[in-house]
Formats: sequence, C-alpha cells, structure tokens
Amino acid sequence: MKRMIATIAIGLAASLSATAASAQATLNNVKQKGFLTCGSNTGLAGFGVPDAQGNWTGLDVDLCRAIAAAIFNDPTKVRFIPLSAKDRFTALQSGEVDVLVRNTTWTMSRDTQLGLDFTGVNYYDGQGFMVRKKLGVSSAKELNGASVCTQQGTTTELNLADYFRANNMKYEVVAFVGADETFDAYNAGRCDAFTTDASGLYATRLKAASPEEHIVLPEIISKEPLGPSVRHGDNQWGDIVRWTHYAMLNAEELGVTKANVDQMTKNDNPEIKRLLGSEGKFGEAIGLTNDWALRIVKHVGNYAEIFEKNVGSGSQLKIQRGQNALWTKGGLQYAPPVR
Amino acid sequence: MPTIAEQAPARASLLYDPKVRAIAYQVVLTVVVVGLIYTAASNAVANLRAARIASGFGFLNTTSGFDINQTLIPYSAAGSTYGEAFIVGLLNTLVVAVIGIFFATILGFTVGIARLSKNWMISKLAMVYVEVIRNLPLLLQLLFWYVAVLAALPGPRQAVNVGDMFFLSNRGLLLPAPILHTGARLIPAAFVIGIVATIVFARWARRQQEATGRQYPVGLTAVGLILGLPILVWLLIGLFVGNPITFDVPRLQGFNFRGGMQVFPEFVALLVGLTTYTAGFIAEVVRAGILAVSKGQTEAASALGLRPGHILRLVVIPQAMRVIIPPLTSQYLNLTKNSSLAVAIGYPDLVQIFMGTVLNQTGQAVEVVAITMAVYLTISLLTSAVMNVYNRRMAIVER
Amino acid sequence: MNAATETLRFVRAQEVDAAPPPNLVRGPLAWIRENLFSGPVNTILTLIALYLIYILFPPIIRFLFIDAVWTGSNRDACRPDTAGHAVGACWAYIWSKLNYFIYGSYPAAERWRVNLFFLLLAVGVAWMLWLDAPKRAWGAVYFFAVFPILAFVLLTGSDWLRLSHVPTSLWGGILVTIVVSTVGIVFALPLGIVLALGRRSKLPIIRIFSVIFIEFVRGVPLITVLFMANTMLPLFLPEGVTVDRLLRPLVGVAIFASAYMAEVVRGGLQAIPKGQYEGAMSLGLNYWQMNVFIVLPQALKIVIPGIVNTFIGLFKDTTLVAIVGIFDLIRTIEASRVDPNWSAPTINATGYAFAAMFYFVFCWGMSRYSIAVERRLAAGQHR
Repeated sequence: MKRMIATIAIGLAASLSATAASAQATLNNVKQKGFLTCGSNTGLAGFGVPDAQGNWTGLDVDLCRAIAAAIFNDPTKVRFIPLSAKDRFTALQSGEVDVLVRNTTWTMSRDTQLGLDFTGVNYYDGQGFMVRKKLGVSSAKELNGASVCTQQGTTTELNLADYFRANNMKYEVVAFVGADETFDAYNAGRCDAFTTDASGLYATRLKAASPEEHIVLPEIISKEPLGPSVRHGDNQWGDIVRWTHYAMLNAEELGVTKANVDQMTKNDNPEIKRLLGSEGKFGEAIGLTNDWALRIVKHVGNYAEIFEKNVGSGSQLKIQRGQNALWTKGGLQYAPPVR
Repeated sequence: MPTIAEQAPARASLLYDPKVRAIAYQVVLTVVVVGLIYTAASNAVANLRAARIASGFGFLNTTSGFDINQTLIPYSAAGSTYGEAFIVGLLNTLVVAVIGIFFATILGFTVGIARLSKNWMISKLAMVYVEVIRNLPLLLQLLFWYVAVLAALPGPRQAVNVGDMFFLSNRGLLLPAPILHTGARLIPAAFVIGIVATIVFARWARRQQEATGRQYPVGLTAVGLILGLPILVWLLIGLFVGNPITFDVPRLQGFNFRGGMQVFPEFVALLVGLTTYTAGFIAEVVRAGILAVSKGQTEAASALGLRPGHILRLVVIPQAMRVIIPPLTSQYLNLTKNSSLAVAIGYPDLVQIFMGTVLNQTGQAVEVVAITMAVYLTISLLTSAVMNVYNRRMAIVER
Repeated sequence: MNAATETLRFVRAQEVDAAPPPNLVRGPLAWIRENLFSGPVNTILTLIALYLIYILFPPIIRFLFIDAVWTGSNRDACRPDTAGHAVGACWAYIWSKLNYFIYGSYPAAERWRVNLFFLLLAVGVAWMLWLDAPKRAWGAVYFFAVFPILAFVLLTGSDWLRLSHVPTSLWGGILVTIVVSTVGIVFALPLGIVLALGRRSKLPIIRIFSVIFIEFVRGVPLITVLFMANTMLPLFLPEGVTVDRLLRPLVGVAIFASAYMAEVVRGGLQAIPKGQYEGAMSLGLNYWQMNVFIVLPQALKIVIPGIVNTFIGLFKDTTLVAIVGIFDLIRTIEASRVDPNWSAPTINATGYAFAAMFYFVFCWGMSRYSIAVERRLAAGQHR
C-alpha cells in the first residue's frame, strides 16, 4: 500500500513537473517531446494573443510556428506558455520554455547578465504615449504635470522616469502589475497618458470603446528592439531560431511567398535555390533537413506576409512597415545571405 | 522457534523503547528538514549563479530609477535608492493599515451593536451588511471600490469644487497643504500636552469618583484640552508673531491640479475596501462578545437603576472586551496582511513596490522575499506581544 | 350541591368571544410600534434605516433587473445610445461568455471531462458534508485519495485511457477556482491534522518545527506566499526541473491553508477530555491508533464548523491567484471585458456582479451549513 502511494505520488509529480533540459541538447529535446514550447505574451493583439478557444495568433506566435515548421514540417506542433513580464526570464532559464518570443526588449544587461542570448530583432519598436484626443495635447513635451499609467517591472517604467527628468517635467506615475489593469485605469480616466511600446499602444487602443478618441503622440522616447531569446550556451539551438527569422526575411527579399513557394523551387536563381534547399546542405548544418526554409515559407509565409497579416494592413492594427521594412526599402530588417 | 533463553529480557527491546523512539523520530525529522533546506538552498545558489544574478543586500544602496506617486518621505527616481523605495512602501502599508484599523473598529462596533438592536429594521440591515461583506472575496470588493470610485468621479477639469479649497475628481481628493512657519511646531506640541493633560485629568477624576462619588465631565474636558489648547497656541502665535500656518491651495493648471495635498484614489479605494470588509468581521466578534455577557449582568444593572446607555458602557462592554480582544487582534492583523492586496489596484504598498518593481528590476528574489516576509512577521509578532500584555491586564482578577 | 343554589346562577353558561386586543398591543401596528417606534431614539434609527434602504436598494434592483439587458449578440444591445434606453446589467454579455467563464480555454470537445469532474466533486462533497450519509469513512477515502487521482487523470488527460492531454495553460474560469480550492482543502486538512498533532506533541523538536511553520505561515499575507511559490519555487529545484504554472500557486495555497487548518484542528484536540486519551492508552493503543480511532473522530466532529469556515476563507482567497497570472474566475472576467465587441459602459459592473453572485451563493451556502452543524452539535451536547 505504502509503495503504491509512493509510486502514484512520484508519477503525479513527474507528469506535472518533468521537463528536463540540458544546456546543449534543446533541439534533441524538442524532437523527443514532439513539440516546441514557446513562451508568449499573455495577450497582446498582433504579437501573441489567444482567442477563447485557445488558438494563438500574432507576429511572435508565427515565429514560433515557423521554428516548429522547420523542425517538424508541421506548424501546429507548438505549445504556447503565456508569460507575464515578471516571469518570462525565469521560465526560459529554468527550461520551462524552449524559446522566448514575447515582445522582449534586447538590452545589454538582459543579454549578458540573465543567462540568455538574443538571436535577432523581429520587430523594431520604441516607447510612446497615448492620450485622449480631447486633452488637446499633440506632443509628449506638453505632458508636464500629467499622470501616467504604466506597467511595473518593465523597461517602460524606467524610461518614463528618465524622459520626464531629462525634459525637466513633473508627472505622477500609477503603476500596475498587468497590462490589462494598466489600460483599464487609463480608460477609466485615472491617467492622462498611457505609455508602453508603440506597437503595444496601437494594439491596446483597439480595446477602447471608441479607438478614434485616443491618439498616439509622435515622440518615441526609447529604442526597443524586440526579439526572440534562447538559453545561453546552446549555440546550435540559437542558430536555428536566428536563421528561422532570417529565412523569412530572405524569402521576402527574393520574392518567395507562401503561394508561389512550390513553383519557386524550380527557379534558377542560385540564391533561391540555396534558400529552399535544392542546392547545398545548409539545413543539415544546423541539425535540420535541407528543405527547412521551404517548410517555413510554405506553412507560415515570409516576413512581409506575417507582418501584414498580424500587425500591418491585413490586421486591425494597421501599423506601417517603417523601421521594419527591408533594408532595400529603407528599413532596418537585414538578413545575412544563405551561402 | 525461540527458546525461553533466547527471548528478550524483561526490558523491552530498543525498538519498542518509547524514549529511544522519541529521539529517533526527532532525529529523522531534523535530518529531513535540514536536508530539504540544504537541497533547496544549494539549488538556489547554483541556479542564481547560472542566471548570473547577484546576491547580498548591496542592491539596497543602488539608485532605483523608478518613481512612486504616494511618498511620505522625500523620494525621487534620480537620487533615491532601492532601500528608500522599501521605506516608502513600508510607510504606505503602515499608513493604510493604521487608518483602516481605526475606521474598521468604529464601523465594526457600530454594526455589531446594531445587530443586537431592539429595532428590527436596524438589526436586519446590519445583518444584511455582515452577510454580504463576509461572503464576498476581498479582492472583488477592492476592484469594485476602485472601479466604482473611479467611474463615479468626474475628470479633473470637472472636479467637484468645495469653496475653491477642496477638489474631488478621479485623480483623488485635493486638499490645501499646510506650510509651516516660525513657531508652527508649538502647535503639535500643544496637542501632545493636551493629550497628556487629559490622561492625567481622567485618572484624577476617576480617583475622585472612587473616593467621593463625585463625577467630573471627562469627555468635555478632553475635547477642550486636546482641541482647544492647540487652537489657543495658534491664535496666540498668530496675534504676536504672525500666522504660523498658511495653506497652499490646489489649483487647476493645464490638465491637472498643482499644489495642495493629494489623496490618491488607490488609497481611498483600498482604505474603504479594507475598512468595510474588516468591519463585517469585527461586527461578528463584537456581537459574540456581547452575547457572551450573561443576561443576569444586564438585569442586575437595570435593577440598580442604570440607564441602557450606561449599562452598555459600564457593565456590558467592559466584560465583553475580555472575549472580544483576542479575535479583534487577529482581525487587526488580517487587515494589515490584507493591505497587500493593494497590488491589484495599483496602490504603492510594500508588496507592490518591493516584491513587485524592485524584485523585477534587480532579480534578487530571495533577498526581496525574505525582507518582505520578515516585515510582516515582525508586525504580527509585535502585535501579538502587545495584545498579550493587554489581555493579561484585562483578564478577570480572581480573589 | 343542592337545588337552591342551582337557581342562583349569575355565571354565564357560554363563553363570550374574547374582545380583540387593542391595536397597539398586538397585530402588525403594534409590532411596528414595539419594534420600530418605541421611543424617540428608536424612531430616529428607523428613519435612518429607511433612508439607507431607500438610497441603496432601488438602484441595485434597477441595475440588476429592471434596466438589465437579457438578450443581445454584441455591444449594441448594451450601449444606451444604440439600445435607446438606460442600460443596467448587461446579462447578454455574461451569457455569451459563459462557457469561457466556466471552462476557460479548455477545448470544447473535451469539456464533458470538466463536467464529470464537477459531478465527482459534488458526490464527494455531499458524502463528506451529509452527516448521516452511509459509510462516511469510505467517503473520506474517496474524497482524499480516490477523487484527487481520478480528477487529475480526467482533467490533464492520459494516453492510456485515450484522453487527450490538456495543458493547464488552457484551464480557466470557475474550473480553476474550484480546482484551486479543492486542492487546497484536500491537502490542507491532512497536513493540518499532522501539524496540529505535531504542535501538541511531547517531543520538543517536532513541536518546535510545527510551531515555527504554523506561526510563520499565519504571520505573512497569502499574496507573499503566492509570489514566493511563483518566483522562488523554480529557484529551489535543480536546474532543468520546472513546475507547472498552475501547480505553483496550488502548492502555495495548500501550505497556507494547512497552517490555518492546523489551528482549527488544535482547537478540537484541546476540547477532548484527558480521560479519552488515558482510556485509549489503558486499552494498549499506541499513539497513532489512539489518535486515529479515539481522539481525531471526536475532535474533527467538534470542529466541522471551523473547518467549513476556514474553507470559506480559502474559497474567497483563491481569487488572489489572479494576481500571479492564473486564469481564475476573476481573471477570465477581466480578460473578457476588454473584448471590443462587448465594450459598453456597464460591462465592468456586470462582470463583477456575476462574480459576486457566484461567490456569494457558494460562501453563504457553506456558512449556513456550518451554522446548522453547529446547532446540531450544540443540541447533542445539551442532551
């Protein structure tokens, strides 16, 4: 009897808690599990948000799906773990998630002091302010004396203090744990301004009863390069995440889309051939099959497609490409060649 | 088959010796507990090293870099440290707890006595209050107050204006802030002297009453001393030196108020929520305490010709207090602990500032959690100690 | 006696009907006078009460019923400008989100498993709480051993039974509220009993450990215990081992509730007369036999009201897991009310009103039960 109870107890504990992850073998581990675990936002429209049925959509979410497509040839083999700003790094460090794609700002201290590696920037962002139109404010410089709602535990809270101090303005900060509570308080009139990353401002504005009553001020007060991160020390895994993003950028640059990818395999352009795996063994070099990029584009699409679908013209957010356009079109998104 | 010679002597074997067993149990428990703590600690050290998170309490002297709205000590993002942020949070917790305890006691006693009122409507109303308050989660009530308080109040430009001095809006309540000039310190000094004098007078009056039976108006004298003395000092300084206290009146400038003193809506919501919630529990404690006083006491007091008010004040309450004090103490502690729910409505208390922002910025979870828990434990133990002393003094002194 | 006296009858043969008492002594008017207007103070109090009722209740009733919107498919039904009348509670919103409030994101095809879980739980609770139920000992075995395993397999899934795996990140709403409070009680009661016995133990080290644990946990707020479980638990485990996000607050809640339960049980243990212990020992029972067969059955029966009250507290406290990001009922309401399809002025208040009714029904029901048991036990004591 006692042994039975002990066995059951161990079984319970194991099934609830066992997700072992050693430093070098994230890829093997993921293959063994049969799915990828991806740390995502608890709900930010355009980046990572679940609907009532638990289906996830968003730019970050699509990056996770692309990684799954590259590994399994099946973009659905992802399990999303919603993480708050507070918990995200612990979750990655402890191996609870294989990759963290949660609109996370790449900063030096995070890259070097928290035991994680950023593999790239899938969205260039910056902190901005949103105010009510009827307040009659057109610049962040006019916010002297305002009360500002923000989320605690973010770089946002610190940038805010810096900005107001640098411009010698007074303000009253009201900080909340969650993004929803923060916006609720702003919406209820507790604050004059609401601050977060500009993309987040556009996303949360949709939650207002009448979005047209709120405007986003033109000032961007910080650099917020948002990108995926992996545990420090597993370089092969870092390469996979890094090159998944680059594959989508290269596909956009070469005009390879979800719709035409099958015809493109017959294209003679050597760059396309190398990308889609009909020439060279680039996929095998990172522990995948050579058609890894083909899988990504076929199942998920290129960067332009996921951008427009999630945050651009195909979405309610209607964000311009801006800094996120390809380098050839005046933006910052630049992928090294597959060669 | 053991023979008789092989059997144990009259003394039981070691295995069945109660003393040996007792020691064995305790050794086993100690080993298990120490082992668990050791494993957890060594894992934590390894994990922290892997995550490259610093350890130690040095972070308390690091510049914090974030702002807080309600600060009782001077604080700014640029110059203040995490240690000062901790003190700001601690003071905010204590302020809301102390004021909450004060109002919850008044409201709780009122409702508790009202539940025993002979007036049917009052007692039923009190009962409905107690049942509703006690059967809803505090978090829900706080959210209700915060959202209700916010939703009901107008924006700062449409603020409710009382005599151009007080303004009520969804930014909170703005009051004139006192500015102290020469001699202003004498006023609080007069206040303290008034309190001391009241205590002395009350003691003297009681001794007089016990000796001669003559009663003195203690209540009126108290009001006179505690309020009158400071006002007298104020007037005197005003006449001879110049007004010691002027007021900085808040005024609308831009889209917000400038100057004055601000009572934040988060504070109001938390205070109202904690007060009404705890009062519901205190009411039940008070009711149980009063019911515990036997009916004979009331009847005997009536027979002596005391009026109902006097019966309650002189006979019932003093006896009921003995029953009331211990559970009342735990309600006070509950209120203090429940003030940590401030985190849900953005009031910058200890948990919100220290376990929230500071923990996030520094990542030093172990130190931050340890300090926070130590604070609450200290408050709990101190309160228990004080109340135990009081309880001993209140306990029935048998012959 | 004799004939002469018989003729001298002044006493009436039939009884006269009693005259009605004056209106001011009996009847509704007298009742009102006696209970509401017996003196100037009382009259003032009654008037104050009437005024309070007048300002409190009509708006609540108007909000909940008269102005409420019962049907509708989106926010147009609940906005005064589009609906064309004053709008109170928007029950249509609750109705459209009801599944989300009950199951969270639990896959629709698998929701029968949640329903079965609720049923199994109801059976167990009824068995435990109905004092005259048959075979209550087996009820305890069911509730504290069989049911947790069944529920765990049912809710998370198992390959062996062909139940698909449902990760806890999809659980939400009332399901999570019930799971957290059930786990709390299932673990807190046994743990609390052990701690209470430990605190009354004669062995000093066991007693000290128990006292430290109980007083430590009771001295800090639940929210700090939850934060600790959330941020520190992963730190205390070896590298690479992670704990499910829902399991962390469960551990916190169980630890927290067990300390309070220990104090309740200790009260019961102290109420058992010494003779019971001595009688048990003189029968040759050892420590565990004495406690399990003699002391605990009596002690636990006395403290049923205390246990239920602790459970009510626990049930209310489960709302705090919302603060550490677990999707309980409160958090699903908060998450659903930001839906732009349902953005209307009274959505917040409607969500809170719904949650309030849910918690009130459960907590009030349990407190009634506890009062009834208390009366019954008191009656038993009087004989």
